[in-house]
Amino acid sequence: MSESIVMHDGALALKPGYVDHAADALRDLRWSRDAIDFQVEHHHDVAATAQLGFWLYLMSDCLLFSGLFATYSVLSGHTAGGPSGQSLFELPYVLVETMFLLVSSFTCGLATLAMGSGRRNATVGWLALTFLLGLGFVGMEVHEFAHLIAIGAGPSHSAFLSSFFTLVATHGLHVTCGLIWMAVMMATVLKKGLTPSTQSRLNCLSLFWHFLDIIWVGVFSLVYLFGVAH
Amino acid sequence: MLLLSGCQWAVLDPKGPIGEQERTIILIATALMLLVVVPVIAMILVFAWRYRASNERADYAPDWSHSTRIELVVWGIPIVIIGILGTICWRTSHQLDPFKPLAATVKPVRIDAVAMDWKWLFIYPQQGVATVNEVAMPVGVPVVFHITSATVMNSFFIPRLGSQIYAMANMQTAVNLIASQPGTYRGLSANFSGDGFSGMTFRAIALSSGDYARWLAKVKASPQALGAAEYTALLKPSEHVPVAYYSRVPADLFPQIVDGKLAPGRVVASVGGRD
Amino acid sequence: MLGKLTLSAIPYTNPIVMGAVAFMVLGAIAVLGLITFLGKWKYLWTEWLTSVDHKRIGIMYLILGGVMLLRGFADAIMMRSQQALAYGHSMGYLPPEHFDQVFSAHGTIMIFFMAMPMVIGLMNCVLPLQIGARDVAFPFLNNLSLWLTVAGAILINVSLAIGNFSRTGWLAYPPLSELHFSPGVGVDYWIWALQVSGIGTTLSGVNFIATILKMRAPGMTLMRMPVFTWAALCTNILIVAVFPILTVTLALLTMDRYLGMHFFTNSLGGDPMMYLNLIWIWGHPEVYILILPLFGVYSEIVPTFSGKPLFGYTSMVYATMAIALLSMLVWLHHFFTMGNGGDVNAFFGITTMIIAVPTGVKIFNWLFTMYRGRIRFTTPMLWTIGFMITFTVGGMTGVLLSEPPADFVLHNSLFLVAHFHNVIIGGVVFGVFAGLSYWAPKIFGFALDERLGKWAFWCWFIGFYVAFMPLYILGLMGATRRLDHYDVAAWHPLFIVAAAGAVIIFCGILFQLAQVAVSIAHREQLRDSTGDPWHGRTLEWSLPSPAPAYNFARIPVVRDRDAFWDMKQRGVDLSASTFVPIHMPRNKGAGIIMAGFALVTAFSMVWHIWWLAVAGLAGVLVTLIRHNFDDDRDFHIGAEEVRRVEGLHGRVHARSM
Repeated sequence: MSESIVMHDGALALKPGYVDHAADALRDLRWSRDAIDFQVEHHHDVAATAQLGFWLYLMSDCLLFSGLFATYSVLSGHTAGGPSGQSLFELPYVLVETMFLLVSSFTCGLATLAMGSGRRNATVGWLALTFLLGLGFVGMEVHEFAHLIAIGAGPSHSAFLSSFFTLVATHGLHVTCGLIWMAVMMATVLKKGLTPSTQSRLNCLSLFWHFLDIIWVGVFSLVYLFGVAH
Repeated sequence: MLLLSGCQWAVLDPKGPIGEQERTIILIATALMLLVVVPVIAMILVFAWRYRASNERADYAPDWSHSTRIELVVWGIPIVIIGILGTICWRTSHQLDPFKPLAATVKPVRIDAVAMDWKWLFIYPQQGVATVNEVAMPVGVPVVFHITSATVMNSFFIPRLGSQIYAMANMQTAVNLIASQPGTYRGLSANFSGDGFSGMTFRAIALSSGDYARWLAKVKASPQALGAAEYTALLKPSEHVPVAYYSRVPADLFPQIVDGKLAPGRVVASVGGRD
Repeated sequence: MLGKLTLSAIPYTNPIVMGAVAFMVLGAIAVLGLITFLGKWKYLWTEWLTSVDHKRIGIMYLILGGVMLLRGFADAIMMRSQQALAYGHSMGYLPPEHFDQVFSAHGTIMIFFMAMPMVIGLMNCVLPLQIGARDVAFPFLNNLSLWLTVAGAILINVSLAIGNFSRTGWLAYPPLSELHFSPGVGVDYWIWALQVSGIGTTLSGVNFIATILKMRAPGMTLMRMPVFTWAALCTNILIVAVFPILTVTLALLTMDRYLGMHFFTNSLGGDPMMYLNLIWIWGHPEVYILILPLFGVYSEIVPTFSGKPLFGYTSMVYATMAIALLSMLVWLHHFFTMGNGGDVNAFFGITTMIIAVPTGVKIFNWLFTMYRGRIRFTTPMLWTIGFMITFTVGGMTGVLLSEPPADFVLHNSLFLVAHFHNVIIGGVVFGVFAGLSYWAPKIFGFALDERLGKWAFWCWFIGFYVAFMPLYILGLMGATRRLDHYDVAAWHPLFIVAAAGAVIIFCGILFQLAQVAVSIAHREQLRDSTGDPWHGRTLEWSLPSPAPAYNFARIPVVRDRDAFWDMKQRGVDLSASTFVPIHMPRNKGAGIIMAGFALVTAFSMVWHIWWLAVAGLAGVLVTLIRHNFDDDRDFHIGAEEVRRVEGLHGRVHARSM
């Protein structure tokens, strides 16, 4: 009949994907628009929906972090006579930590590019590097925490320390979850290859990873830089 | 003992200008809203009845679903009323801010109140006496209450006199009240604070200046003084605590409670004080 | 080995609690026994517990809400009777330790495990049908959300039998809820029940937003969506925006209680005021999350039973969006008395009042939908009219309380309690009942008995006023909330009247239980054979009742608002002669299994059984990863099967060409 319209049941019906161009299709046939009452096959864009869903989740996570940032802002001065950020934070150390994470974002981007051009092994390779850098970040953070606790500046010593540890550790926990996810994705890619479903999930993972990077920039600025300056 | 006088509706029959102003706000706001609420409820009932399906005589307009004029009215009238209420809100939130000292020709009385489990400790810093579960004040004299808690969050409230305010540990709030008539009024905590909460009531007595002086003398004549041992005993949870008078109280007791230095089992901050 | 858990955690010495536990256990045994006797375990597992079908998930949410309504109402009857008795020398029959758990459980259960499941249940049952979709965007996630909510509900019920529940109110203000003042397990039960179910709710929010934005039928632009769909969209945006704040706040309290931190403690810099801010930044939008969908329900019912389109659709949509947005700017009115100062109090008082404007617009729009209509007083319409009257009164007292100086003398009093029950019962509960009776034919295939429904309505309506008008008066008399005993003579008769009101409401509930039983027994007489029993206007009524598994055999193309009404006007033929295979998601057990492990984790955390908590968490993770590698996610319903099902409902005609 036409490339966009079929006869179905005595009524006209659109082929899948043509709803948006219905007007054009009808103009072709010079039929009135009202003839089309049902769409026979209906496929909504699964990949786009999954992306939207993941963005929505990320927004909720953003709000979660904003609650922690707000709490930190209010309680950062409540040192109860104990140590403040100025005496505790070592910027060079944190800078190295930050570099680990920033570079891992870069390698994650390279993994995404490799995925886009269908290079399976390169994708896994860049992901593995991202994983190692992320692991390094988490390792350094754990080491920092252990040190603080050892010198009597653990989270139970003041409201400031509670909010510092919780904000930074929540970020670290997210990174850890990202690492677990990354390991699972590497296994998935090796097992199944770069299928559409795998690619969709890798896109979500890389969104997640970059998001955590942005949160870290906030942590680094608001907590460490500000903390040392005051 | 003076009995609770008159009508039982404490909030609508206040015995002090703060409570009276608050009552006025309640009544004005209610009246303004009834201007809308009464016609609305009437219309609900009238429309429901008039346009019931069995009433064939009523107009039926199955395609009518928009009218700019009606929209203007239903957005407009509420906006006007809320505008009035909003103005009242701005002005009175400032006028009746509990922290705001009251205009008066006489010097205010200062009374410190400490919420404890589950009683109220009142300290008169100017007179150096203290009481439990009874507070007296002179009629017509502004009283500024400074309030803290030695335990969890409570709320200091004498309904007949007006505004309540939260009692919180490690900080002090304040409320300025004034009684215009002598009487004994019910005081309570208005924020749930644990198992003994419902027994946490106190007597608030407004007295003429002569009676007030006599009351102070009675407290000063008490054989008990509020020293460290007595305060420690008070810190222990107790319910339905009878009225007690203390003839002496350390001048820095209230500041120390506010600074959190006397909380039970509390880790005392290192030198330099807490924030 | 078992942390803090010992046999003495079971409250043997408390006859009331043991009675309730026995009732619960016997009820559970009866249900499980019946399923076993009828040999329905496999059926239950494959068709319901693992179902990713939004219609089944919706029904299960509604059942959860109904059961928890009974539990929460039992708490209400206990409170009313205690307060009717406990004057002067009489201490009533509930000691403070028990009374305090009852009022804490009542609020927690009613909000989190009655109202939320009911609202999410209605959205699940109806939303995809209204927008012409075959399911929600993420069916498996939908299943997981349900079971996480159920896990939270189970935990709260377990707290009745093992240990205690929280005694700190439904929001557990610190420092009372800190370890120092609440050393037992009660607050921990509260924390974990809310934390687990809260995650389920957040995931639901994501799911419904994606569904509404991405899965509408062709031609259904945003401004052609039914108002219930609009309301659901705004509600779910609020959910995604604010539930993370609840998650954070609960987590911080958990850190204080479990790891000795100092967010909200009375020492070392803790600040309880921060908790109040955080919890109410979540808490106020939460009550709008509850009411907005019901506003949507009313917006469907009034036009349908007035035989006219909704008056002022556009302003209704904008009013809904305005309410959703403003709801995030008012939270401080819950603690005007915390000493915030004139500027802050005034700002929040004004924003609170402003919400009254779009809310009032809605009432007027419903009113003018009724105007010059032909109103049929079915049960849904009765509930709606009852709502309009009751909610108007409740809204009025709300605006009154939004004046800070008025609040200074009414905060935390029974006036406040009367106000929020006024809007929640009048708005949310009446709306749930309206929605259930309206959509019952679509959901279950048969209508609910009208006569019993009307009896139930009148009992609830009258009972509400008898129970809560005395509370307004008590508040004005200076009576504060949460008292297990009092000594003011003038209050006593009012508490007795309030208790009588609760009994009247109880009669309403009995009528509703009878209504369910009778409707099921008479389901053939009450059957909806056309799919459109009410002369409906929206797409769900274009389907058979109950809707088939795949919802729409053919997706309708939408041309106007009130899409189905428009189809009927144009004489669109709902039957077809050719059918195509339909793509469906497969049922999965991973959701209920993950929720089960989450429940184990939560229970272990309450009782400090650390090894079991870790094992539970590992179980969740392993199940999730296995699900990731599971490729058997979907299947097709063949064209012949579709033809057969459509034929059962008379939707097949012979080929015309």
